[in-house]
Amino acid sequence: MDQFLQQLLNGITLGSLYALIAVGYTVVYGIVQLINFAHGEVFMIGAFGSLATWTIFFKGQLGLWVLPFMIVGAVLAAVVVALILERVAYRPLRHAPRLAPLITAIGISVFLQEAVRLFYPGAKSALPFPQIDMVTGPAFQAGPVTVRRSAVFVIGALVVCAILLWFFINRTKMGRGMLAVSQDPDTARLMGVNVDRIIAVAFAIGAALAGVAGVAQGLQNSNIDFFIGFMAGLKAFTAAVLGGIGNIYGAVVGGLVLGVVEAMAVQFIPGTFGGSPWKDVWAFVLLIVVLVFRPQGLMGARVVDRA
Amino acid sequence: MQQRSIVRLGVPLAVAALALSACGSRDAGTTSTAGSGTKTVKIGVIAPLSGGLSALGLGIKNSVDLAIKQANETNAVPGWKFELAAQDDEAKAEVGKNAATKLSSDDAVLGVVGTLNSSVAQQTMPVLAAANIAQVSPANTNPTLTQGADAAAKKRPYTNYFRTCTTDAVQGPFAAQYLLGAGIKSVATIHDKKTYGQGLVDAFTVEFKKGGGTVVAAETIGENDKDFSAVISKIKPNSPAAIYYGGEYPQAGPLSQQMKSQGLSVPLMGGDGIYDPKYVELAGATANGDLSTSVGAPTESTEAGRKFLDQYKAAGFAEPAAAYGGYAYDAAKAIIEAAKTALKDAKDVKSARAAELTALGKVSFDGVTGKVAFDEFGDTTSKILTVYKVDGGKWIASKTDTFK
Repeated sequence: MDQFLQQLLNGITLGSLYALIAVGYTVVYGIVQLINFAHGEVFMIGAFGSLATWTIFFKGQLGLWVLPFMIVGAVLAAVVVALILERVAYRPLRHAPRLAPLITAIGISVFLQEAVRLFYPGAKSALPFPQIDMVTGPAFQAGPVTVRRSAVFVIGALVVCAILLWFFINRTKMGRGMLAVSQDPDTARLMGVNVDRIIAVAFAIGAALAGVAGVAQGLQNSNIDFFIGFMAGLKAFTAAVLGGIGNIYGAVVGGLVLGVVEAMAVQFIPGTFGGSPWKDVWAFVLLIVVLVFRPQGLMGARVVDRA
Repeated sequence: MQQRSIVRLGVPLAVAALALSACGSRDAGTTSTAGSGTKTVKIGVIAPLSGGLSALGLGIKNSVDLAIKQANETNAVPGWKFELAAQDDEAKAEVGKNAATKLSSDDAVLGVVGTLNSSVAQQTMPVLAAANIAQVSPANTNPTLTQGADAAAKKRPYTNYFRTCTTDAVQGPFAAQYLLGAGIKSVATIHDKKTYGQGLVDAFTVEFKKGGGTVVAAETIGENDKDFSAVISKIKPNSPAAIYYGGEYPQAGPLSQQMKSQGLSVPLMGGDGIYDPKYVELAGATANGDLSTSVGAPTESTEAGRKFLDQYKAAGFAEPAAAYGGYAYDAAKAIIEAAKTALKDAKDVKSARAAELTALGKVSFDGVTGKVAFDEFGDTTSKILTVYKVDGGKWIASKTDTFK
């Protein structure tokens, strides 16, 4: 039982990271029906953005007060890159067949990886991430469960971001505009909604959360490299589909479920098919099973009804 | 009509030009300079020059470069000039195989230093063997590469393969003896399922159990894993006194860091794959006390080793020599040493390759990592190993011994 609780916490931590990234997939899909495969790389850029902020301005500083600046650096880097992508690569293709932007996204993903690998100093191999006081260091002991400090940060980040996102979508004019565009872009335009701006905002929101996830990943795993976006992006995409792509709450639920399944698979599946190398297999088996019996995902596509 | 005559004239001309240039290129590499004195012989390098293991790979490449420059300066083989032909294998078996194919199609290549990974060597060996090109690895430690898959009936799979480092058959047990000697009786093992990691852990486990120790948990991780919390949580209730890890630093460093931040504060011990400054960087401030074994005596502990490091520094390479620099230097020296006999009366490199293999088997000189000589399997005869310990952010040699 102790082990179960411990792995549940590990899973929720990992799942929170997936969820933060998955929201970006789902928001963009809900509005433009584009699977932005470069989103994993936006997450990676976020991680490098916060590392760069730290290296340039705060090198050697490990106080907790540095963390907000690093988060701002991550979010800025991710949002700027995502907006440029949207403007340069996706907007010209908005009325092209759906396959075209999909392939473009894959191309951009490779481009961003290689750009970081070649031009970020030292990024040819993994770079250590600054170990901020308070969020790293000795773990807490809550009864039988060991709680890593970085886990508190990751889960906390998801909670805060989810609340802010809910507030933004349901309580602001811009958020209602997003809902309107996701239901019917043409009618929304006729009603005076600036569709281009709404789409850019959707990209920016996804990127901002991915930037936060980048910091979380750095703190959690203590290092980052140019390739982290690939697997994280794939997992987050899986999470988004699992929860029901287009549905923001679905992305959160999907991410958490995926993370918990992975942690449990490591702990409880014995023999040849158990252990860490097989956890990805079980995660994708779960995806297949869910899609067979519930093609719309766990939560269904609630925000958008056209998917 | 005008156009047509151009075509008529042009086609034969183009064909002739192509034919001529084809002749030319074939000769250029090997014999065309025969009359004018020095001929070119190439020493290849196959190592990860990019990616996570590039710190090790670039150290290997630079060290071979250094050996080649010195050989040319001292005119080691009269009438021949050595040249470096480095290929990136990205630490991937398939890429390494392509690199080997590329080098074996070059008639001027006499020997290859590499690879870093045992799994890559498995692919490059047969390719280079088909062309009779010698491969001397500075870093492959998997025993099966030289002794075949069956440990009971040792059989050398490829006679073109040699190595300057000791194998896991020695490294794993050496680590087991060290831990038992330090009073550690219960250990959890983790490996990355690659040839190197698994070989290390298997050899370690046998010796550790023989010495009266218990392996309380045996886990594996995936090659691309970044988050190890689930595995660590699984091991933790068994309360091992140390973790023995089979794998390399890109994962070992973060693993050590995550272990300790999850409250599993026991030393992590690994093989030469984690003996790298980058490990300490990735493992962070909590790495103190972590252990690794590496083959040979520390490069800086011997007279020859210090001289090598000084020369390396003086040559002004951008990257440090890293864990395998000395071995790569010795490997290149062995190829050059053997070339002295093999190339003496040879008219081109290709015909000297068979003689090179025979000569390599008989090589014996004092290198920077100790005595360089090969046994009947192509393994180094030196069985000196060292245990290193992380102390104050650096690897410090803790015990050097000959394995018995």
